[in-house]
Amino acid sequence: MRTKQDISLFDRRVTGPAFTAAFAKLAPRAMARNPVMFVTEVVATLSTLLFLRDLALGADGVAISGQIAAWLWFTVYFANFAEAMAEGRGKARADTLRATQSETPARRLASLAAETHEVVSSRSLKPGDLVLVAVDDLVPADGEIVEGIASVDESAITGESAPVIREAGGDRSAVTGGTRVVSDWIKVRVTAKPGESFLDRMIAMVEGAERQKTPNEIALNILLAGMTIIFLIVVVTLQPFIVHSGAFVPVIFLVALLVTLIPTTIGGLLSAIGIAGMDRLVKANVIAKSGRAVEAAGDVDVLLLDKTGTITFGARMADAFETLPGIAPREMAEAALLASLSDETPEGRSIVDFARRQLARMPDGADRVAEAIPFSANTRISGATLRDGTALRKGAADAILAWCGTTAAPELRALVEAIARSGGTPLLVARDKRVLGVVHLKDIVKPGIRERFAELRRMGVRTVMVTGDNPLTAAAIAAEAGVDDFLAEATPERKLELIRREQAEGKLVAMCGDGSNDAPALAQADVGVAMNTGTPAAKEAGNLIDLDSDPTKLIEIVLVGKQLLISRGALTTFSIANDVAKYFAILPALFVTAYPALDALDVMRLGSPGSAILSAVIFNALVIIALIPLALRGVAYRPASAASLLRRNLLVYGVGGLIVPFLGIKAIDIIVNAAGIV
Amino acid sequence: MAPDILQFIFYAVVVTALAWPLGLHLAAVYEGRPTVLSPVLAPVERGILALAGIRAGQGQHWTRYALSVLAFSLGSVLLLYAILRLQHLLPFNPQGFAALSPDLAFNTAVSFATNTNWQAYGGETALSSLSQMTGLTVQNFVSAGAGMAVCAAVIRGFLAREQKVLGNFWVDLTRSVLYVLLPLAILMTLFLVWQGVPQNLVASVTATTVEGAQQTIAQGPAASQIAIKQLGTNGGGYFNANSAVPYENPTPLSNLVEMVSLLLIPAAFCFMFGRMARDLRQGVAIFAAMGVLFLAALALTYGSEIAGNPAFAPLPVEQSAGNMEGKEVRFGVGNSALWATATTAASNGSVNSMHDSFMPLGALAPMLLMQVGEVVFGGVGSGFYGMLSFVVLTVFLAGLMVGRTPEYLGKKIEAREVKLAVIAFLVMPLGVLGLGALAAVLPVSLASVQDAGPHGLSEILYAYSSATGNNGSAFAGFGAGTPYHNTMLGLAMLLGRFVYIVPMLAMAGALAGKKAAPASSGTFPTHGPLFVTLLVAVILILGGLTFFPALALGPIAEHVSMLAGQTF
Repeated sequence: MRTKQDISLFDRRVTGPAFTAAFAKLAPRAMARNPVMFVTEVVATLSTLLFLRDLALGADGVAISGQIAAWLWFTVYFANFAEAMAEGRGKARADTLRATQSETPARRLASLAAETHEVVSSRSLKPGDLVLVAVDDLVPADGEIVEGIASVDESAITGESAPVIREAGGDRSAVTGGTRVVSDWIKVRVTAKPGESFLDRMIAMVEGAERQKTPNEIALNILLAGMTIIFLIVVVTLQPFIVHSGAFVPVIFLVALLVTLIPTTIGGLLSAIGIAGMDRLVKANVIAKSGRAVEAAGDVDVLLLDKTGTITFGARMADAFETLPGIAPREMAEAALLASLSDETPEGRSIVDFARRQLARMPDGADRVAEAIPFSANTRISGATLRDGTALRKGAADAILAWCGTTAAPELRALVEAIARSGGTPLLVARDKRVLGVVHLKDIVKPGIRERFAELRRMGVRTVMVTGDNPLTAAAIAAEAGVDDFLAEATPERKLELIRREQAEGKLVAMCGDGSNDAPALAQADVGVAMNTGTPAAKEAGNLIDLDSDPTKLIEIVLVGKQLLISRGALTTFSIANDVAKYFAILPALFVTAYPALDALDVMRLGSPGSAILSAVIFNALVIIALIPLALRGVAYRPASAASLLRRNLLVYGVGGLIVPFLGIKAIDIIVNAAGIV
Repeated sequence: MAPDILQFIFYAVVVTALAWPLGLHLAAVYEGRPTVLSPVLAPVERGILALAGIRAGQGQHWTRYALSVLAFSLGSVLLLYAILRLQHLLPFNPQGFAALSPDLAFNTAVSFATNTNWQAYGGETALSSLSQMTGLTVQNFVSAGAGMAVCAAVIRGFLAREQKVLGNFWVDLTRSVLYVLLPLAILMTLFLVWQGVPQNLVASVTATTVEGAQQTIAQGPAASQIAIKQLGTNGGGYFNANSAVPYENPTPLSNLVEMVSLLLIPAAFCFMFGRMARDLRQGVAIFAAMGVLFLAALALTYGSEIAGNPAFAPLPVEQSAGNMEGKEVRFGVGNSALWATATTAASNGSVNSMHDSFMPLGALAPMLLMQVGEVVFGGVGSGFYGMLSFVVLTVFLAGLMVGRTPEYLGKKIEAREVKLAVIAFLVMPLGVLGLGALAAVLPVSLASVQDAGPHGLSEILYAYSSATGNNGSAFAGFGAGTPYHNTMLGLAMLLGRFVYIVPMLAMAGALAGKKAAPASSGTFPTHGPLFVTLLVAVILILGGLTFFPALALGPIAEHVSMLAGQTF
């Protein structure tokens, strides 16, 4: 079985190719996508030309202009390197996936009833083809089971080693190419074109090949481009003002000022942040069909969560034994245990477990059973006749009362009704036609889920539980799980209607689903997470697909989306805040010939005008490298209210962004002067 | 010093206390609700609109609204230009003034139609009564009204939900003038007349001075023009020396009221916004951000002026009252610094002291207030919608840091809004730095610069900041009345007015069509101290980053050189 392991940050498999890929990205056509780095590349070229001219003329300060030009190229290269790293991590992930996607033989059937098959390559399969997949075969392509039932090992996709059941009809009929049938056989109708299978899409996505800029990324890019234009105006108009002041500064110094002012830090890391966000989703085994969906996940206001499987375990379990007056709890537990031994349903097993826990070290008692009466859906009763002739029965209230031939006593009715009201299911236990008490069966809420919802509430996300239960039961479970709201007696139509209503109020809604009847709601929701086990219709309608088919994943997805946006905002703030220190480094150096008194602005007391400018440029380049890990990992994010998140991030990235470059530039200046390279 | 500071506090309290109710009144005016004035004015309004053939309920899409503003402004410029060029042929020209030159007429027409009121002409020595009355005074009202109308439309766009229209420009313009500017101007005129400002049709009186000399003192309908120049952030005085002259500003009380009226309507827009948003906190937050910036600028100006000039320290110069050069003795440093800050915070431009004579840092604060785009209170209406562009930027930057697509008042700030805000942000750098850089090197421009060294650059920067910010105040040393500067400053004024108006209306149009998501604990709170701090920081950092290099060569270089004992 493939074990899931994360790719370490500076894995050699990733950094090696990234070094060369970053060179390829220097091509101006590739750079034009990123306005900030494109401008940096243009001025790096310009400064190289200026350096060559100075070199040819043997002008003063050649050493410094050469170094500035070199560091400007490093700035561009480092930004490319960051992007190549992010893409490389995706590729590394894709390679492991691709290994499962080798060409496999497929048994193609002419028709569903065909007795024989022909063996063809999986690559030649077209949508609509029928294939037979038998034990130990790889599923040759994405498709839908039209006949048969099989257990399928999907670990290649999900990393989950336990095989899952897939069968024709219903909501568990989809199979994914590359997975392996480990028992029985199935006939599958192919749904994906070659090269467009699920795995293909996943690989393309993690490699970043299909990456398109997301709406927020576009908006941020416009802002960065705008700031670049503003700083272009600032720098271009500076020479006339300096001339008016009776001096002149070398153009290469102005170029240096421009590059340090334009937001190269965020400009260089922006696409890496986006790719890394997708990568984190893939790591969580979620495929996004577009980056847009990831971003929208951060904005979600309302989460629609299916009760079963997400909030509760799904099966009802014994939670309490309520005895009638005059019956000892021990008597009741014993009777319930013996009457349920032959009930193989999850409910029956849970009664046995619960009773054993109640009875502590009691002997099993199974040896006292003379005749077992197994549970059947018809009688809705299970039980046992003991060797001493005692008849024990356990089952639905009306069925047991019928067995006893009585009607419910008032105390009994009160007990039964109380349990029903609280959302539980009452089962009666009787001995020799006399009711002993009631088993309280309950939908057990998953541990920790309440805290999860509280966390979401702090983040401003409302949770709505969706269930087919009646409103009474739903309300009880909703209260216990701590969801904000619930939709009881949910039908696909009501679900759709709820989504539309929330959206009409301007809210963004996320939901997950797997059935074909979920498809309209999945399509309507802003973030629709389809379970991988779901029907092709559901997978088509959702914009994210969870390979683990775990509905709680929705919460993870929201966090990934938020982290992505926060990383962008934090680095943008940091980048802009950096400019203040750069002014204090470069401006005194530029103006000191015009007005020596402006030396007062040199608060860092840098070595010389040349070293000040060079230090600022070096800092500007190195900060990109220093922040690559942050861009790839995403900034630390713990769920909290917007106000406290903002306070924290402002402090770290805003105030930090003001202070760090003062220290960094000063340190570099000391080194530069000590090394005597200016 | 203590009385000055007490007075600053008193001033802040009075402005706030008056702006609040006025803001609520403005909200009623622009929401079309009846106001206290409606019984009298509603029939007048109906009459005007009927005459113009406008139906009040007819909303305009932002493009139509913007076209209406542009058409109205173009019409204003052309009409004013025609009057100024033809004044020698027109009646009511008792002094027989000649036509203005084309460049001067262009500059003046643009100046008044853009609510700048930059005066390149010599007030009472160049314009006929007809030009003053039908040209300039009319524009004092309607250019202010147009700014207010645009602001109302922009605010509606920010607050509307899934709507296509922003209101009707012609209705908004009419209501601005009728319900706000005229009543306030009438009140203020009466007050000024009471305080002793002339309001008559007497050309001048002749007085015999103590020394026995004959002095001719100009008079005329001054009070009414002063009232609207203060209220409408116009600033063009009746007399050349503006509110430094006793006839414009006779008493301490008149000085206080004129200063309050500088900021009154711009400040009221904050409260109007809060009222219309049905969340006063939103308006209060913006008011607070403006207030913080205003007080910071005041502290810098006052601090520099009261400290006096260190270059005089070794000389026998009495400086206990601070730097008194270019200031009215009646007002002193305190009232001069307060006025200078208020008049440049609001894009007014009227003065009661000469800014050219301020200390370097004392003049830096007014300059910076103009350079950030006149958003610290700013022009009537224009200040607030300018501020909204900064709010959008702040929300975009900070909003990302809470992990959501940035939103303001529930509206998502997306590529289109950012693009439009960026266009608006290019205005000040282009006008101040772009045109300023040309003015700093072109020989045709340099003749106008009076002083050498950094102060000369300050004069250029001040002039182009004032024009682009639609302020209209000037450093006296700068002789702007040349064809080159008349033309360039005219362009700067157009840039500063319309390249804000059109993007902001477009942004309002885009936002009006959006749904508003209800706020939750996950949404970025746009009220409270944190947001105010952020907004202030964004304005300072963006404004600072843009203008710091130029200012370093101007006032800052002058300051550090002065400290080093160097003069130019």
